[in-house]
Amino acid sequence: MSRGQPLILSPLLIAAALLITGCGSARGSADLTLYNGQHEQTTSALVSAFEKKTGVSVEVRSADEATLGNQIIQEGANSPADVFYTENTPVLEALGEKGLLATVQPSTLASVPRRYSAADGSWVGVSARVSVLVYNTSQAKASELPTSILELAQPRFKGRLAFAPSETDFQPLITSITKFYGVQTAERWLKGLQANAAVYPDNETVVSQVNSGESAIGLINQYYWYRLRDEVGAGGMHSALHYYAPGDPGDLVNVSGAAILRSSSHQADAQKLLAFMVSEEGQQTIARSDSYEYPLRPGVAPAADQPSLASLKPAALTPAELGDGSAPLALEQRLGLL
Amino acid sequence: MSTYAPAPQSTGRFAQAWSGRRRWPLVSVAGGLLAAGLVLLPLTFLVVEAQQSGWGEVQRLLFRHTTAVLLWNTVRLTVACTILCAILGVGAAWCVERTALRGRRVWAVMLVLPLGIPDFVVGFGWVSLDHGLHGYLAAVLVMTLSLYPLVYLPVATALAGLDGALHEAARSLGLGPWRTFWRVTLRQIRPAILGGCLLVTLGLLAEYGAFEIVQYQTFTVQIFTEFKLGFDTAAACALSLVLVALSVAALVGELALGGRGRAWRSGPGARRTAPRVPLGRWSAPVTLSLLILCALALGVPLFALVYWMIRGSSTTLPSTSILSALGHTAAYSAAAAALSTVLAIPVTTLSIRHRNRFTLLIERLAYLPMALPGLVIALGLVSFSVRYALALYESSLELIVAYAILFLPLAVVGVRAAMAQAPSNLEDVGRSLGCSPAAAWRRITLPLIAPGLAAAFAFVFISSATELTATLLLRPTGVNTLATQFWQYTSNFAYGAAAPYAALMVAISAIPAYLLSRRVNVLSTRGARR
Repeated sequence: MSRGQPLILSPLLIAAALLITGCGSARGSADLTLYNGQHEQTTSALVSAFEKKTGVSVEVRSADEATLGNQIIQEGANSPADVFYTENTPVLEALGEKGLLATVQPSTLASVPRRYSAADGSWVGVSARVSVLVYNTSQAKASELPTSILELAQPRFKGRLAFAPSETDFQPLITSITKFYGVQTAERWLKGLQANAAVYPDNETVVSQVNSGESAIGLINQYYWYRLRDEVGAGGMHSALHYYAPGDPGDLVNVSGAAILRSSSHQADAQKLLAFMVSEEGQQTIARSDSYEYPLRPGVAPAADQPSLASLKPAALTPAELGDGSAPLALEQRLGLL
Repeated sequence: MSTYAPAPQSTGRFAQAWSGRRRWPLVSVAGGLLAAGLVLLPLTFLVVEAQQSGWGEVQRLLFRHTTAVLLWNTVRLTVACTILCAILGVGAAWCVERTALRGRRVWAVMLVLPLGIPDFVVGFGWVSLDHGLHGYLAAVLVMTLSLYPLVYLPVATALAGLDGALHEAARSLGLGPWRTFWRVTLRQIRPAILGGCLLVTLGLLAEYGAFEIVQYQTFTVQIFTEFKLGFDTAAACALSLVLVALSVAALVGELALGGRGRAWRSGPGARRTAPRVPLGRWSAPVTLSLLILCALALGVPLFALVYWMIRGSSTTLPSTSILSALGHTAAYSAAAAALSTVLAIPVTTLSIRHRNRFTLLIERLAYLPMALPGLVIALGLVSFSVRYALALYESSLELIVAYAILFLPLAVVGVRAAMAQAPSNLEDVGRSLGCSPAAAWRRITLPLIAPGLAAAFAFVFISSATELTATLLLRPTGVNTLATQFWQYTSNFAYGAAAPYAALMVAISAIPAYLLSRRVNVLSTRGARR
């Protein structure tokens, strides 16, 4: 080994790495840049159908929506992103409040029920999932499961529950209970739940833990159970879903939405992409993908064995009621859940 | 130094500054300033953002009961883990480098590898082994087993370069083997031990991922909550300043303990390699202990991966995507490791050979990235490059620089362990024998610190290969690394598809670990033949 080797090697290594990976960024090679916080398979199915239909090319940058949201806030007016597609709406509301989003064209907004999109039209609802309970079939009986989410605070569930308070899906439940019964009831409920439940980092873990029997009952969205079933196979499922009574504050939809960035210089193509996402064809693509989300466009049926969204009559919090999630966040922080 | 040549005339100011040891060498000062500047980029972002947060909001977040609980959690975890890592790291390094243990080269690789396993896999491995595993003790267990290599690697490097003459002198003067270890060996490797412990402490302050799995909440949880759910960058940055304060305490503490000491002697005679201690009847217990350590630190997470691959039904993979992810990971990590190591040389040279307040400040600054969540550092770079270097934004170069900043502390500790053992006066001897300053450095100091450079390179390479947060934010659009693909699959339940990516991360981490063990061995045998 030559003695000077390490130092001579260093610049060579850096140069080689830049050559291999391409020196600059790949930006500008596609017509649109999509920042994607949604299930990647669903997005890529949507994007390739859109590219085929319109000839507009789309570059996808995937990360979790919170990371992308923070990134867009930092990027400001120089953001390379044209469209932002997320799993939840609070991040879109947060960007809207900061004035970073453009208005979605009226015909796109009209494709899905108005209550699933932003009041000011700054983003459009694309798909949704429903808040449910998952229970281990050998540890809990369907008959003992609650019809209302409020019952989960009762002592009879002590040590049997699992939930993920840091997931974006959880805060809407607090908001919903607050809307139905007031903030004091919501706080009492949260304290009861805290006393009864084990805390997990995310919903994937909650559904796995319930399925493996570590916890008896878990608070999740319906699609996590179907995705787990895809991964472990029907034979590996030792759990089932339980829906709250229609109209209960727990029977809630969580909307996934898309928005156009105000800073985008490709507004026309970006509007086309959003229009496609809520079109008949786009919604069918979502229904056929393995994400198990409910298409929001009326008349498009969900994936195979799921009950229809209409039959569940989920409570709809308007995006304004849902807000950017800061009120339930503060409550969770006060109780030490976060 | 075999041929005599007259000393070159050094007339320029540059050459004068370079030659005079009392003056600051310009190359080192320039390199040190560059390193400090890079570290200051995200720190500046932190302070600027934090200022925009209303004091009322920061007060609400900071002065509540939960904060006290979280801070206490952070402190008690950090203290316990640091002590345990020191014991495990030094013990394992001594067994591998200083005893006649069998299969040393294999151990040398296996003991470093836990560093190449993402936190998420470690945590998941333990939780899937024992569902009830959470809380304080679980966090101590999981973190100790994944962080002890941070102590092991610099200490092993320092032990390999140990001067055996002191050891022999101590023994000949009547000290027993234990007292020789305490009074001679431990003193010589103290900078390496303290450096490693510092890395463990700072790393724990910023840790988030693993604690999510074992449900142990530390102060960093609050920062992530503000980012993830509140989208309040200002508040998150204000809270991060608490981490900076904690790490300043750790940095000053390490300084007070004497982490800066030189570990060379200035007596006559060449350095000789210390003889290895025969293990005798201790051979079996030592081997068994190392085996248990590797089984826990490496076996458990690997078991989880194998389990995923067998159980998961989503294992079909397009091989092109895994190859491209592998290529990107290897290229980025190697480049970042090279850059970090090169930056660490001037930082350590200044702080050891030209020690004063200014050089010490640069060195201490270089440790700070370790104590900040990667998200804060990456967002700082986003904010900077979007404003002032848009052409570099989301480019390969930016990602490499980000890794280099994030893992500069690792490189500094690696180089420092070797630099502390390299006598600077040997360079003067070389100069007096006619070498130019650059040649004296290249022919004398460089070979002496080479094991440290190799350790630094391996350190940064392995850590970069598993980095996720900064990668998600800064990679060029459309580029995937092993870590981002792994994340993509696990966040969609596709554990079976994710497992091969994690396995590859461990596999490519084994390459620098293996080369490092060879390098250390080559040096010690070369020394022994002398």
